[in-house]
Amino acid sequence: MRKIFYYFIFLAILGNLSLVFSKEIQDEFPVPPPPFSEGIYPCSQCHASMEINRKRRILNEHTNIKLQHAETMRWCLDCHNPENRDKLRLYSGELIDFGRSYLLCGECHGNIYRDWKAGIHGKRQGYFSGGKRTYLLCVHCHNAHSPQIKPIKPEPPPLKPKEIRNAR
Amino acid sequence: MHSFKETVKETWRFYRKTLSLVFTGSKEYYLWCILLLCIMGIGFLCYLPQLQIGLITTNMRDQVVWGLYISNFTYLVGVAAAAVLLVVPAYIYQFGPIKEIVVLGELFAASSIIMALLFVTVDLGRVDRFWHMIPLIGKMNFPSSLLAWDVVVLNIYLLLNLIIPIYLLVKTYYGKEPNKKFIVPLILFSIPMAVTIHTVTAFIYNGLPARPFWNASILAPRFLASAFCSGPAIIIIVFQILREYTFIKIEDRALFKIAELMAYAMFLNLFFLISEMFKEYYSNTIHIASLKYLYEGLHGHNLLVPWIWVGTIMNLIAFILFLFPVTRQRLSTLNIGCILIIAGVWIEKGPGLIIPGFIPDPLGEIYEYIPNFRELFISFGIWATGFLIFTLLMKVAIPIASGEFSHIQYEREISPLKMKSESN
Amino acid sequence: MQGRNFTRREFIRNFSMATFFGLSFPFLSSCGKEMVEDFLQKHFLEMTHEEKELIISRLEERYFKKYGKKFTVSIQEAIPNTLWGYGLDLSRCIGCRRCVYACIEENNCSRQEPQSQWIRVIRLRKGSLINLEDSEHYYNPDYVPEKEFIYIPVQCQQCENPPCVKVCPVHATWKEPDGLVVVDYNWCIGCRYCMAACPYRGRVFNWAEPNVPKDKWNLSVHYLGNRPRMRNVVEKCTFCIQRIRKGRYPACVEVCPTGSRKFGNLLDPQSEIRYVIQNKRTFRLKEDLNTEPKFYYFFEA
Repeated sequence: MRKIFYYFIFLAILGNLSLVFSKEIQDEFPVPPPPFSEGIYPCSQCHASMEINRKRRILNEHTNIKLQHAETMRWCLDCHNPENRDKLRLYSGELIDFGRSYLLCGECHGNIYRDWKAGIHGKRQGYFSGGKRTYLLCVHCHNAHSPQIKPIKPEPPPLKPKEIRNAR
Repeated sequence: MHSFKETVKETWRFYRKTLSLVFTGSKEYYLWCILLLCIMGIGFLCYLPQLQIGLITTNMRDQVVWGLYISNFTYLVGVAAAAVLLVVPAYIYQFGPIKEIVVLGELFAASSIIMALLFVTVDLGRVDRFWHMIPLIGKMNFPSSLLAWDVVVLNIYLLLNLIIPIYLLVKTYYGKEPNKKFIVPLILFSIPMAVTIHTVTAFIYNGLPARPFWNASILAPRFLASAFCSGPAIIIIVFQILREYTFIKIEDRALFKIAELMAYAMFLNLFFLISEMFKEYYSNTIHIASLKYLYEGLHGHNLLVPWIWVGTIMNLIAFILFLFPVTRQRLSTLNIGCILIIAGVWIEKGPGLIIPGFIPDPLGEIYEYIPNFRELFISFGIWATGFLIFTLLMKVAIPIASGEFSHIQYEREISPLKMKSESN
Repeated sequence: MQGRNFTRREFIRNFSMATFFGLSFPFLSSCGKEMVEDFLQKHFLEMTHEEKELIISRLEERYFKKYGKKFTVSIQEAIPNTLWGYGLDLSRCIGCRRCVYACIEENNCSRQEPQSQWIRVIRLRKGSLINLEDSEHYYNPDYVPEKEFIYIPVQCQQCENPPCVKVCPVHATWKEPDGLVVVDYNWCIGCRYCMAACPYRGRVFNWAEPNVPKDKWNLSVHYLGNRPRMRNVVEKCTFCIQRIRKGRYPACVEVCPTGSRKFGNLLDPQSEIRYVIQNKRTFRLKEDLNTEPKFYYFFEA
């Protein structure tokens, strides 16, 4: 009797754990493909044959990437999976595709991730009802390595009232 | 008892005779009429591009949407309402010397209202859609919109001020007694109507919380007080001119009585101004911005400042002149006071009220509006139209009122002709 | 004397008749029929469905004749159970004015000579946000956002107690069932009382005939929204009525590069705007005026 009871509790715990894990896996959003630079993906075409060097250092390659994202605390291999460069690595060790990078961003930026899931963080396009609603990946607006939105040139100011003239 | 056909024939004859009155006159009369027609012509020529191209030919823009036209409109509605100041002493206080000039005063009010309506018409963007404002034919937003109220009330007042004088004049022409039961209630009704038109016009501005300069409870009383200063002042000057050029008899006593009533109105006008200034300057909220723009200048913009100070000083001097009987009851100082108060109230109530209401605009922008020459000429044209209408009305009304032009006279003229045709 | 009077009177009579006929000549010409039709057009809310269809086909014909383009004028009514609300994230607006120009493109506004813009972005110094008197409208730095400033875009707030609707003398503007305040451009008489009454400068006036480049017309229009307008009438933002009634986001929401603009149905508890109101610190402009605007500003970061 007791054995059955313990077995039952074990199953319940397992079931809950699986729910916890599957919750993450069930966060699916219809996003367009990530905006890779040309020819860079799949990363494994170069990295599969390379040695894994986990030492934190300044790289000789990928010099065009300047890390301005918690760079005092993290470096490349904290997010990019060392063994398989085609995947990103969550804190739990789970590997995810680049197409679901929002899960990775959401680990630190929980508030923003919650807003993004509700549809209020970031750009809105298309139809909000009766049609296709687009969700964009975080990286469609924010460069993952240097996420702060850059200043842009504003459009021209309106004409002053004195300057408003007629064509004729 | 004349038959209907006879009455129609007589009315037509009356109308043709009045035409002959209008088209004959002294050299100065012709010159005056031609001058006014020229100004009207120039005004009309300036109005045509506004119709064709759009209101962009004025200097009004999104920030300041009402300018010279509505300033003049506000002032003229006040002037029209002031004709009632003649009616009140004549009929309520039974002050004899004024009674005979009530008719002329009401015709003056009618010309004022016509000028005011013309100003609104030129300010409208789509005059071709004016019928949208006619009750029952268009879709009037009554009673919610104060402009709709104003259309109704102004037209009723115009009708009153045309019906009453014309009725009285026609009766005088035929030497008959006017039916007091018909006319006296109408005349007494014009007193609350005069107050109504100006209160409704004040409420047009008063009801807008977006414009804190106008959203003060004191606006309607200020309007009435300033109307009862400036309107009678114009009447006093006009009647002196009429006395000079025609046979109408207007006693000095009548003019002085009007001036005495004006003195009270001037005091109230100044008192209300002081109340406004205290409230704004002492409370010192950010809503002081418009008043500051008007009297001091705001962030370096100070176009209206010299104008308003000149206007206020003129009002003050006029009040002093009207306060003391020694200056009030002397025609020379009385006339100076009248001219000062006319100009002073025009500045204070016209540009000094409408334009600062829009500065700064609800988003804080400052656009200093000055009318351009087209707006000025159109405004002169409309003032000239009003003067011309008033001149023509006087040219008919005064001979009738003074008894020179009457049916008895006419009968005397045609009776030899009649006798001749009967004998043939 | 009598003879002189007669000829003078006759002269004036002939002159005035000639002037009258001369001035009325344009009405008798071929475009007279169009003017008569325009003159007699009824108020939009009083038309039956057939009359509205007739008006649309007439308009489409006229637009084709005038602009050479095939417009589709819609009269789509309000979707039941909707009340449109708008959210604006002031911590993310960078004042780039992309929304202003997207709106102009979408809504067929006059570009230059004269210029007509429905959205106005104002710049306020950080620390002083309520006193709009210190705002700067004509900022033009090399890069935005500038460090010291916050940018607030303002457009028609689609108030629930709109003061503009209250004061229009001819009922040319009214509140639709889905909360939008719209203008019937063919009924407006151009008195500009609504512009004097609006506390947010939401309305603009067509001071002259609108001037849109030939290739820039947006051909899918709504009768109460972005159809080509005429001079001397009032116009304003309608939350892109032609888009939202089909379920699309307004143009300004779509173009904003930082995603500061949010839109949705206030009556739908699952909508984005409801999430914003419930979870962010929202406020509305000039709430003391009791206009109940549907434009919610909020700060996040």
